[in-house]
Amino acid sequence: MATQSQSQFYASLKKYYSFYTGGFVAFVIIVAILEQMGVPNKILGYIFLAATVALYAGIGIMSKTADVSEYYVAGRRVPALFNGMATGADWMSAASFIGMAGTLYLSGYDGLAFVLGWTGGYCLVALLLAPYLRKFGQFTIPDFLGARYGGNIPRSIGVFAAILCSFTYVIAQIYGVGLITSRFTGLEFSIGVFAGLAGILVCSFLGGMKAVTWTQVAQYIILIVAYMIPVVWLSVKHTNIPVPQVAYGYVLEKVTEREKVLNDASTPDGAREAEVRAIFKQRQEAAEGKLKALETGGAAYLAEEKTKLEKTVSNLKASSAPDTKAIEAAEKAVAGYPADEAAAKKAWTGAANAAKAKTAPIAAHAEPFAGKDEATRDNKRKNFLALVLCLMVGTAALPHILMRYYTTPSVKEARQSVFWSLFFIFLLYFTAPALAVLAKFDVYTLLVGSNFSELPSWVGAWATVDKTLMSITDINMDGIVQLAEITIGGDLIVLATPEIAGLPYVITGLVAAGGLAAALSTADGLLLTIANALSHDVYYKMIDPHAPTTRRLAISKGLLLVVAVLAAYVTSLKPGDILFLVGAAFSLAASAFFPALALGIFWKRANKFGAILGMTSGLGICMYYMYMTYPFFGVNAPLWWGMNPISAGIFGMPVGIIGVVVGSLLTAAPGKDIQDMVDHVRYPSLESDIDTRAS
Amino acid sequence: MQLTEKHKEYWQKNLRLTGILLAIWFVATFVIGWFARDLQSITILGFPFPFYMAAQGSLIIYVVIIWYYAHTMNKMDREYGVHEGDD
Repeated sequence: MATQSQSQFYASLKKYYSFYTGGFVAFVIIVAILEQMGVPNKILGYIFLAATVALYAGIGIMSKTADVSEYYVAGRRVPALFNGMATGADWMSAASFIGMAGTLYLSGYDGLAFVLGWTGGYCLVALLLAPYLRKFGQFTIPDFLGARYGGNIPRSIGVFAAILCSFTYVIAQIYGVGLITSRFTGLEFSIGVFAGLAGILVCSFLGGMKAVTWTQVAQYIILIVAYMIPVVWLSVKHTNIPVPQVAYGYVLEKVTEREKVLNDASTPDGAREAEVRAIFKQRQEAAEGKLKALETGGAAYLAEEKTKLEKTVSNLKASSAPDTKAIEAAEKAVAGYPADEAAAKKAWTGAANAAKAKTAPIAAHAEPFAGKDEATRDNKRKNFLALVLCLMVGTAALPHILMRYYTTPSVKEARQSVFWSLFFIFLLYFTAPALAVLAKFDVYTLLVGSNFSELPSWVGAWATVDKTLMSITDINMDGIVQLAEITIGGDLIVLATPEIAGLPYVITGLVAAGGLAAALSTADGLLLTIANALSHDVYYKMIDPHAPTTRRLAISKGLLLVVAVLAAYVTSLKPGDILFLVGAAFSLAASAFFPALALGIFWKRANKFGAILGMTSGLGICMYYMYMTYPFFGVNAPLWWGMNPISAGIFGMPVGIIGVVVGSLLTAAPGKDIQDMVDHVRYPSLESDIDTRAS
Repeated sequence: MQLTEKHKEYWQKNLRLTGILLAIWFVATFVIGWFARDLQSITILGFPFPFYMAAQGSLIIYVVIIWYYAHTMNKMDREYGVHEGDD
C-alpha cells in the first residue's frame, strides 16, 4: 500500500465503494425477493441487522493495523470526498436519523433549531479550526491544547472535557442501538445494546481510526439510501414529484389550510375536534379535582376512594346478571389504584398534564415561536436562537468531529473535506423537514376523518408494538378519527414512513439498518475519541513518553474495551432523555473547547493561564447551570433569563472567552516558540518552518 | 521564523475573508431567526420565507460559504507561495 500514490489510492477507493454500493443494492433486491417468497418479517429483520453488522466487522478485520499513525489518524491519507462521507456518518447519530424528522413533525418551525445548529456549525469548523488543526497535524484535540499552551494542565483539562462530552454523547448512541435492535429483532433492550456493541468493537478494536473511517464511509452510503427511498416514494404518492425537498412547499400549504379547518369549530371536522378537546378538558379538570382533594384529604381521601371502587366491583358481581366486561374494567381500576399519596400525586399529575396537552388547538406547522402572548413568543425565540448557537459552536468543538480533519493528506484537502462533510450532511438534513411535512399531510388528511373500522394497517401494527409511538382511541365514540384522538411519538415518523408510503417490509428493514448505521458510526467515533484521550494523552504523553508502539496500541485497545462496556452498562440503566443528553454534550463541548481552540489560533497573546482559566470557568458554569436546572438532578433552581438547561452553553461560552482573555492579559505573553507555532499553523507551508507533526 | 510582508498580507486577507463569511453566516442564521415572525408574510416556492430559510435556504448558504472559502484559500495559497507540495 505504501508504494501506491495518493491519486491511485483515490481511484481504487472509488472503485471499491462503487462495487460496494452495487453489492448493497443487490443484497436489498435479494431480500425483497425473499419477502415475496413468503419469508416472515422477523427473519428479514434478522438478515438485515446481521448482514450489516457482519459487513462492518469485515471492514474492520480488513483494515487491521499495528501502525500508530494508521491507528490514530488513518495514516493521514483519507481523500477529502471520503473523509466527508466518514464525517457525515460520524456526525449523524441516531438522533439525526430517527429523531429529527419526528421532532420536526411535533414542533414544526421551532424544531428547525436542530437543522440549523447541526449544519451551520460546519461554517465555524471550516473557517476557524479545520485547516489549522490539520497543519498542526498530531493525533488528538488535547494534543493541540498541550502544544499551544504548554504543560500538562491544559492537556489534562482537555482530556477531562473530551471524555465528559463524548461519554454523554455515546450513551445516547448506544441507547439508539439498543432501541433499534430490540424493536426489529425482538431481543431484550439490554441484550440488543451488547449485540450492537459487539459490532462497534470488532471494527474499532482491530483497526482504530483506519477501520472506523472506512466503515463510516460504508455506513454513510447505507444510511443515506435508507433515508431517501421512503421519502421519495411518499413524495411521489402525494405530489407526483420525486424530489421531496422541492415538492413539499405545495404540501405545506395544504397542511396549513387543513390546520385552519381543524381549528375552526364552525366546520364539521373542526366541530368534532372541538368536541374531543372538550372531553379532554373535562378529564383534565377531573384529575385536577382529585389532586386538590388529595391535598386536603390526604391518605384518608385515598383510602375512601379505593373503598368506593371496591364497592363498585362487589356491587357489579352481586347483580342478578353480572356484566363480565364491566367487572373486568372495575377490577382493573382497583388493581391500578395508586398505593400511596406520592404515587397518587404522580399518576394524577401525569393524567392532568396528558389531558391538558390535548385541549389546546393545533399549532401551525410553519409558524415560528407560536405562543399565547408576546412574552411566551419572545421567550421561545430567545431559546431557539440560544439553542442554535450552542449546537453550532458545539459542532465546532466536539473532539470526535475535529479529529477527523487530522486524517486528510493536506491542509488543502482538509478545507475541501469540510465542504464535502457538510454537503453529505445537508443531503439528509434538508430532507428531514420534507419528510415531517409529508407525514403530517398523510395523518391530517388521510387518517383524520377516516373510520375507526377501516384504519390503515400501519396504524394498528404500530399501536400494538408500542403505545408511546402510536396510540389511537375513539374518545367521543363517533367512529371517526379526530386529530386529538391520535398520539404519535416522534420516533414513529421515520420508522413508519415505509409503511405509510405503502412500501414492502424490506424497506422497513432497510430503514432499521440505516438507523443502526447512524448510531453505530457515531458511537465508533466517540469511543475511539475517549480511548485515544486516555491512551495517547494520559498514558503516552504524561505517564510514559518512552512507551514502545506495541504497548501504546495494546493500552489503547484495552481502554476501548473498558470504556465500551462501561458505556453500555450506564446505558442499560436508561438515564434521562436522549435529546437532552445530546444537547448537553454540545453545550459542554462549546463551553470547554471552543474559546481555547479558536483563540489559540487567532490570538497569539493567549497563554497557558488564560486557557486554564477559560476552560475551567466555561465548563464549570455550564455544568453548574445544568445541575441546578435540569429536572433529572432534582434541584430545579429558577432559570437564568428563562434559558432552558439544554442551552447551558450560552452561559459557558462567553465566560470561557472572557476567562481566556482576562487570564492571558493578567500574565506574561507566551514565549517565542509558542508564537512561532501559531504562525506555523496559520500558513499551510512556510520556508524554514518548524515541524509539529507527530511521527 | 521571520514572516515577510507578503506573509502578513496573506494572513490579513484570510482574516478579512473569514470575517465577511462569518458575517453572512450570522445574518443567514441569527438575523433571519430574530425577525422570523415579521417575515412570515413573505412566500417563496410556496413556503413562508422564515420556514424556507431555516429548512433549506440557510443550509444552502452554509454549503456555499464553505465551498467558497476552500476554493479561494486554496487559490490564495498558490498566489502567496504558501501552498503545500503536490502529492
